[in-house]
Amino acid sequence: MDLRENPGDAAFREEARTWLEEHCPPEWRNLDIAEGSDQHLEVRRSWEKKLAAANWIGISWPEKYGGRGGTLSHYLIFAEEHARVGAPSRLSFFGEGLLGPTILAVGEDWQRERFLPEITSSSVWWCQGFSEPDAGSDLAGCRTRAERDGDQWVITGQKIWTSLAEHADHMFLLARTDPAAASHRGLSYLLVPMRQPAITVRPIRQLTGSSEFSEVFLDGAQAPLAWVVGGLHQGWKTAMTTLGYERSIAVTNNLIRFRSEYASLVEFLRAEERLTDRRVRDRLMQLYSGLRVMGIGNLRLLSELAAGGKPGPASSRAKLFWSEWHRDFTEAVVDLLGAYGMLSDDRLAPGGGGWQRLFLQSRSETIYAGTSEIQRNVIAEQLLGLPKEPLPTQVEARQATPAAIERSAK
Amino acid sequence: MNFSFSLEQEALRQAARQFLAAEYPLSRVRSIMQSETGYDPAVWRAMADQGWQGMAIPEPYGGAGFGFLEVVILMEEMGRLISPVPFLSSVVLGANLVLQAGREEQRERLLPRVAAGERIIALAFTEAGGGWDQAGVTMAAKADGDEVVLSGGKLFVIDGCQADTLLVAAKDNGGIAVFEVSADAPGVERRAMQTLDLTRPMAEITFDGVRVPSQSRLGEGDAWASIERVLDLGAVALAAEQVGVASRCLEMAVDYAKVRRQFGRAIGSFQAIKHKCADMLMAVESARSAAYYAGWAVAVDDPELAVVAPLAKAYCSEACFRVAAENIQIHGGIGFTWEHDAHLYFKRAKSSQLLLGDPSYQRELLAGRLGL
Repeated sequence: MDLRENPGDAAFREEARTWLEEHCPPEWRNLDIAEGSDQHLEVRRSWEKKLAAANWIGISWPEKYGGRGGTLSHYLIFAEEHARVGAPSRLSFFGEGLLGPTILAVGEDWQRERFLPEITSSSVWWCQGFSEPDAGSDLAGCRTRAERDGDQWVITGQKIWTSLAEHADHMFLLARTDPAAASHRGLSYLLVPMRQPAITVRPIRQLTGSSEFSEVFLDGAQAPLAWVVGGLHQGWKTAMTTLGYERSIAVTNNLIRFRSEYASLVEFLRAEERLTDRRVRDRLMQLYSGLRVMGIGNLRLLSELAAGGKPGPASSRAKLFWSEWHRDFTEAVVDLLGAYGMLSDDRLAPGGGGWQRLFLQSRSETIYAGTSEIQRNVIAEQLLGLPKEPLPTQVEARQATPAAIERSAK
Repeated sequence: MNFSFSLEQEALRQAARQFLAAEYPLSRVRSIMQSETGYDPAVWRAMADQGWQGMAIPEPYGGAGFGFLEVVILMEEMGRLISPVPFLSSVVLGANLVLQAGREEQRERLLPRVAAGERIIALAFTEAGGGWDQAGVTMAAKADGDEVVLSGGKLFVIDGCQADTLLVAAKDNGGIAVFEVSADAPGVERRAMQTLDLTRPMAEITFDGVRVPSQSRLGEGDAWASIERVLDLGAVALAAEQVGVASRCLEMAVDYAKVRRQFGRAIGSFQAIKHKCADMLMAVESARSAAYYAGWAVAVDDPELAVVAPLAKAYCSEACFRVAAENIQIHGGIGFTWEHDAHLYFKRAKSSQLLLGDPSYQRELLAGRLGL
């Protein structure tokens, strides 16, 4: 056991930090908290171009795909330093953080050669199309259909909760390609160009007031037949690969964001002379402890991944921990503001209303990328080996009325 | 960066788990906890043959000179079977205080015998106030020629009735001094306290004008810094033990949830139970992160120890108690019986939560050390 950063990583961190300090203009920093991430898209766009030009996208990917040829820990270190300077949130999150690693893990060579350089050069942005109105936690209930028509897929259905849909060039989505197969068996993971008339994007106004998510309507949208990742009808497995990244590696930079939020809270309370209150201190230390444990948990996860693992069900632990910690943290903050917690972006609101925005935003974090309840199911069933909930038909059969038995037999 | 134990450490864990399963099963623990001795001397000797007591004691003092991560592993394994042995008292607190504060002569005389399991040292620190801070020590040491006279009472002395040597903290010149007192010295009276946790004996010890030579003092000057560090080590060791207690509780609960059937299905298939188990796993693994990290900080003498020791103690205490309590709940009626082992773990969990300072005390310590 050695939890110190090795010299190579420390040098990389220094290089990343220096570059970020030099290249991220002060007026571009910490915009998310101040305004909500949908309010400064041009800045985010320009920032991605700068990152791409300096080869900071795809840090752990092979150079032949436009990557930097670094390690996973380099990627994570850069994400940490990126968060530390408060640089704009990444438009390339879905491409670099989710699709890229998925294609590297289960894609075909031509897909790596085609799609990865587009991500690292920041010429193509991706969005994710998993959830549907009737397929939220029950992702396998996906009803969007893809039918073959010559050398194209023709896709019909509706996706929801899609971040960046109106700005993305392509979407990776789950669609039913074998209607005869049961639930998760007939799905494929398709790549679909967004800029076509058969696709309509309608932003959803969230309870925060801003619109980071959209509905996406596909009405006979087309995608090339070969744009299937991980094999035909194997979409469920591919999607789980993506979710593994979304629940773990892709969001380790949250930790740095949370650390800086925590530090701001301490500074605020210090300025208000509240740090002598024993109850305030105790609550703060509970939050601090959770934050530290989250960081140590990330080290453990990284150590396992560096030893050759892939993010599996253990990533559910990470997701559950950070999202619930952040929910509790923002709740505590608003409570600590007392009467000022009742304000939103009023001129008298501490931090310009940023705390309240985080408080509201955190309510999405225990829902997206798999709700806390789904994460608990994954933990219980896959890490602890507890039995699955019986399907309604099985329960009916047990109730053993002759009619029920006959019904379930049909 | 590497978060895994070495192959040797993993081998130690395996050996410890096998040893305890064979030599100190719960059936044996139950008979010990109803006895006067408080621990099984035969098991204690066998542990010494395995080298456990001397594991982290430096080689010049008769130990094997391994680091604190080995102690973490042993504590965790003993936690899994709530082993009643004077390990925390004698090896973690006692030996380390001698090492930190003792004179060379005291180290050479005491440590090899602790390492061999031949002598048990207990720390007599806490008094009627029930605290583990400096202000809690009111007992005064009065110099009388080349002797010191100790009068007063100590409470919650872990393995106090089992110890051969007591390390007694007393006020001295505005600071704290620690005196080595033979447990059978005239004027020392020991009473076994009736404890919630039947697997961890504690004693009330009264000192009625007990005279010891001045050179029985550990080192010179104020010993508070040494005591504080040793209490930190104790907190980390206890945190590791709590990981063991909690992980065993989780196993018991999950095993039961898989086989107990109600409404025609395993209760573990109901989300009400499943989610409880998932939360228990979260608690166990988060506690594990905190305890291992703190153990590593001790092992490499990282300055962060002062921060992560109280953090780990507070965090693991709460996690362990929650998991031990849920274990009873998941077992339902059978979990509330004397016959089932769940209550032994539950009592250990609550007692350990309060031992060496409860979570809010530890968090206040943490706040102070972070400069708040």
